Amino acid sequence: MSAQTPEVRSTEQLREKWLKPEVITGSEILLRSLLLEGVECVFGYPGGAVLYIYDAMYGFEDFNHVLTRHEQGAIHAADGYARASGKVGVCIATSGPGATNLVTGIATAYMDSVPLVVITGNVATTLIGTDAFQEADITGITMPITKHSYLVRDVKDLPRVIHEAFHIASTGRKGPVLIDVPKDVSAATTLFQPDDRIQLRGYNPRTVPNKLQLDKLARAIEEAERPMILAGGGVIYSGAHEGLYEFVNKSGIPITTTLLGLGAFPSGHDLWTGMPGMHGTYTSNHGIQQSDLLINIGARFDDRVTGKLDGFAPHAKIVHIDIDPAEIGKNVPTDIPIVGDVKTVLEMLNPIVPYAAKADAWRDQISKWKAEYPFRYVDSETVLKPQWVIEMLNDTTKGEAIVTTDVGQHQMWAAQYYKFNQPRSWITSGGLGTMGFGFPSAIGAQMAHPDRLVISINGDGGMQMCSQELAICAINNIPVKIVVINNQVLGMVRQWQELIYDNRYSHIDLAGSPDFVKLAEAYGVKGLRATTKEEAQRAWAEALETPGPVLVEFVVEKGENVYPMVTQGSTIDQMLMGDA
Amino acid sequence: MSTKHTIAVLVNDQPGVLQRVSGLFGRRGFNIESITVGQSEEAGLSRMVIVTTGDETTLEQVEKQLYKLIDVIKVINLSSKPMVARELALIKVKAEPSARPEIMGVVETFRASVVDIGTANMMVQVVGDTVKIDAMIELLKPYGIQELSRTGVTAMIRGNA
Repeated sequence: MSAQTPEVRSTEQLREKWLKPEVITGSEILLRSLLLEGVECVFGYPGGAVLYIYDAMYGFEDFNHVLTRHEQGAIHAADGYARASGKVGVCIATSGPGATNLVTGIATAYMDSVPLVVITGNVATTLIGTDAFQEADITGITMPITKHSYLVRDVKDLPRVIHEAFHIASTGRKGPVLIDVPKDVSAATTLFQPDDRIQLRGYNPRTVPNKLQLDKLARAIEEAERPMILAGGGVIYSGAHEGLYEFVNKSGIPITTTLLGLGAFPSGHDLWTGMPGMHGTYTSNHGIQQSDLLINIGARFDDRVTGKLDGFAPHAKIVHIDIDPAEIGKNVPTDIPIVGDVKTVLEMLNPIVPYAAKADAWRDQISKWKAEYPFRYVDSETVLKPQWVIEMLNDTTKGEAIVTTDVGQHQMWAAQYYKFNQPRSWITSGGLGTMGFGFPSAIGAQMAHPDRLVISINGDGGMQMCSQELAICAINNIPVKIVVINNQVLGMVRQWQELIYDNRYSHIDLAGSPDFVKLAEAYGVKGLRATTKEEAQRAWAEALETPGPVLVEFVVEKGENVYPMVTQGSTIDQMLMGDA
Repeated sequence: MSTKHTIAVLVNDQPGVLQRVSGLFGRRGFNIESITVGQSEEAGLSRMVIVTTGDETTLEQVEKQLYKLIDVIKVINLSSKPMVARELALIKVKAEPSARPEIMGVVETFRASVVDIGTANMMVQVVGDTVKIDAMIELLKPYGIQELSRTGVTAMIRGNA
């Protein structure tokens, strides 16, 4: 990305340089430690408390620092980078407001188990606790939304803390780890002694499952007449998609993948039933509700998947495979608990898994439902339908793009109509449902995969929550294709107000939004607009042909709803199917 | 069924560790009836004893969620085994000289002790399980309790359990 070509050195030469025991500052220790962890790219925003760290980065070429326009953009970008690459995402912000601006992004990553190392500056240790300028107790504030956190009080601890932070973030159930570095610690000097030992007595994630439980599962599959697999983000995070493919093919069990599990299994497969839950397919929801064996692989029985818990999968023996023991039995009582890393579990399970021989009638039922109840919408020749737009994006990119979304109706339509076949191609804020995530996360995903097509699908609401990062795309020529599905309204809220609050549309009109084409152009990003199918096809083709970043606004039907829909308090087979 | 549980949590003696544990109870909606913290037999580790109420599922979640904290080394459900549980209370009770012999009678019966005497009050120290201390407080109430401070329960599993 940088115009200058750095001096070419081999990785070994570089490592030797970084490992050299020298008396250096905490800031230099921080940078070297990041490099030794394999960091290639950080997203950040400087400020008073991190001035020493940024000073150490002056002229620094060994990793890429992306200066965002808001700390929230930085952390969502780091999150997108982590989800797309499988590596740990890193971001840096200053103390006080810089740190608090990261909070939403930390919570987003925590809810979706995304490995991040978040570095914040803080006021000097002598000032901590005095309400100093730009002081905030960020370790305290983020305690409920981090996997772990550190306040480094001694520069000598830095190498160990950074190494531990990467270890904790990227192992077990992954998650964000915060390192708070007071200004005097980043300034202090000491002899740099890299630390590659991990001594954490209280942290031993169990990856290898109990063999007896696997045997139980194998027997249950043999007996099952209506088995169903519910696979989630854990499959992708543990790199178990190949193991899952083998498991499904060997067992012949129909599979539904959660919102975060999209891409864990090829969507074209006969046994794939689509997404379950609030806006899931008829087949997935009825499949779960009627199943006699439900095998949860790396999903957490989120309320958007289960609907009303009392009445969820009432006939099923429940199997739950998860790396986090606390997830098992948290929401749904479990008959066969299997604690372990999904990849390891499937590697051990696949050699013994039988074909579900008693499930022939069930497989027929599933394929009948699939044929009878696909996602449907009423198309129009006069106005653009958002579902049609997503189908066009899918058709023109053969389902091979990396797609990030914001949160709301467009997110559900993207999940329904874009057909994913590869893991780490679908990046969305599932647990926290963070508006403003869609666009900056695409920047991170593109940094992780410079050669892949990255499409960021946003609504007109969420696009305005982090649109300032258009500057980053323009300056660094990050070729994200930014889609704005503009229905001039907060669509998902509108939908609930229509269906549940008797058409009492309260504060959802986004009149006064900017002209998105002009907004893009103001930052030096090409902007295009489409209001008809013909314009849409032309604009999108132009966007794909344009080498750099492009924003395409699709002006769509305002009153369109996402169907099917399970309203809150209903079991997931009580579905509103819409008019189509 | 909601019952009382006593759990011991061995933690790294790190700044903020009490906040991590109590914060976890708070945000997950687990109740804390009492919590005591102090040194353990091993340098660098502290032992917390927490009394909580909840059903079996809640208790299981409490244990699992505690284990997710990096600074938590071990969680033991003490009340699932024969245990010794003790707390200490200091009770400042109104005691005009005329009432003192009667109060002394109560103190002796409970094998408590008087640790301070003022002109019009006495400070009683009582050690025992929660039930004993509750009973002692009830008996002293009629005389007028001016101040009460309880340590909360600390506990251990019995040697041969």
